[in-house]
Amino acid sequence: MNSAPIPSPTEPPAPHSLPEPPSSSASTAPQQVRPSLAELFIAFATISLSGFGGVLAWSRRMMVEERRWLTPEQFNEAYALCSFLPGPNIINFSVIFGSRFRGPLGGAVALLGLIGPPTVLLTIIGAIYAYYGDLPVLRRMLTGVASAAAGLMMATVAKMAGPLFRNRAVVGPLVAVATFGSIGILQWPLAPVLAVIVPVSIVLAWVHR
Amino acid sequence: MKVDGGTLAALAGYFALTSLFAIGGGNSAIPEMHRFAVDVNHWITDQQFSDSFALAQLTPGPNILIVTLIGYHVAGVVGALVATLAMCGPTCIFAFFVGRFADRSQGSVWHATLTRALIPVTLGLTAASATVIATTSDYNWAAAAITAGTALTAYFVRVHPLWAFAVAALLGLSGLI
Repeated sequence: MNSAPIPSPTEPPAPHSLPEPPSSSASTAPQQVRPSLAELFIAFATISLSGFGGVLAWSRRMMVEERRWLTPEQFNEAYALCSFLPGPNIINFSVIFGSRFRGPLGGAVALLGLIGPPTVLLTIIGAIYAYYGDLPVLRRMLTGVASAAAGLMMATVAKMAGPLFRNRAVVGPLVAVATFGSIGILQWPLAPVLAVIVPVSIVLAWVHR
Repeated sequence: MKVDGGTLAALAGYFALTSLFAIGGGNSAIPEMHRFAVDVNHWITDQQFSDSFALAQLTPGPNILIVTLIGYHVAGVVGALVATLAMCGPTCIFAFFVGRFADRSQGSVWHATLTRALIPVTLGLTAASATVIATTSDYNWAAAAITAGTALTAYFVRVHPLWAFAVAALLGLSGLI
């Protein structure tokens, strides 16, 4: 849909204007490959469609090992940054990665590659579910999957809790239990709860640094 | 399906706001989405929410796209697109600007402090998500056994999620659940 064949008539530059130099931030790593917009879209669509739960592993393999768009250090830094931002890490990663190479348009194209194909897929699945969602067989299978997914999340919690609850730490466990109790048990709204808990946790982490 | 502008606006505004509070990944917002879509607005039932969660897990792509399914339930294809854009838009704009700024502020003290402050919050939210999903799906002893079995297995061995889902779906298919 983006294949407009009309060649844009390039105005001859005014005699006094110099040609635009490449932006200095983009030329920090000259030996690295700089992806085009089409490559960005394809890369993130591929990551998205091959990533079941393990999107991080896929994105690392492609960005660092196969295409050499990032060094391992750059990948770690970008990913650490994304984990601070609200929203899914991989979505933030696509925006930051795309815009670092190709500006705002690059960010948008990378994001579209990441969420476009699964959004289409899920819309179709939503339509199918609207017709067949009441079938007992389907319902039982989906209940099984949801139960397993809950179990996977519990395993993640247990693994994260290990280092947190070690060393007779008090602050971390307290924050974790308070968050769980207010959201999971009391089912309070997320925004006001986090508006209180996050600043408190930051202050406590700063004091006990 | 009839699409009404007020509902679409509510979907968009709500998911845009919620996306900014999804700390530590998409699953953190599961309890909040359940509260709002099922308990407050009665857009979908418990069972539909649980099914949507399972379908989003089974579909490749970011799991946050459960919002696409919720949007579809509420307002068809338009709802699906509106919900998806609302959930991704604000955080992406945020990420864009932070990405620019953060090029110059790597490895500072507050970096480490923020990490230590946010990890327990993420932990609590993930535990809450697991609880909400486990209590929302059509629950019986077999489903509880699947949850417990998956949790124990995944804690001690590296399990690819698809294998866990495949086994659980087969158990469901066999009529055990």
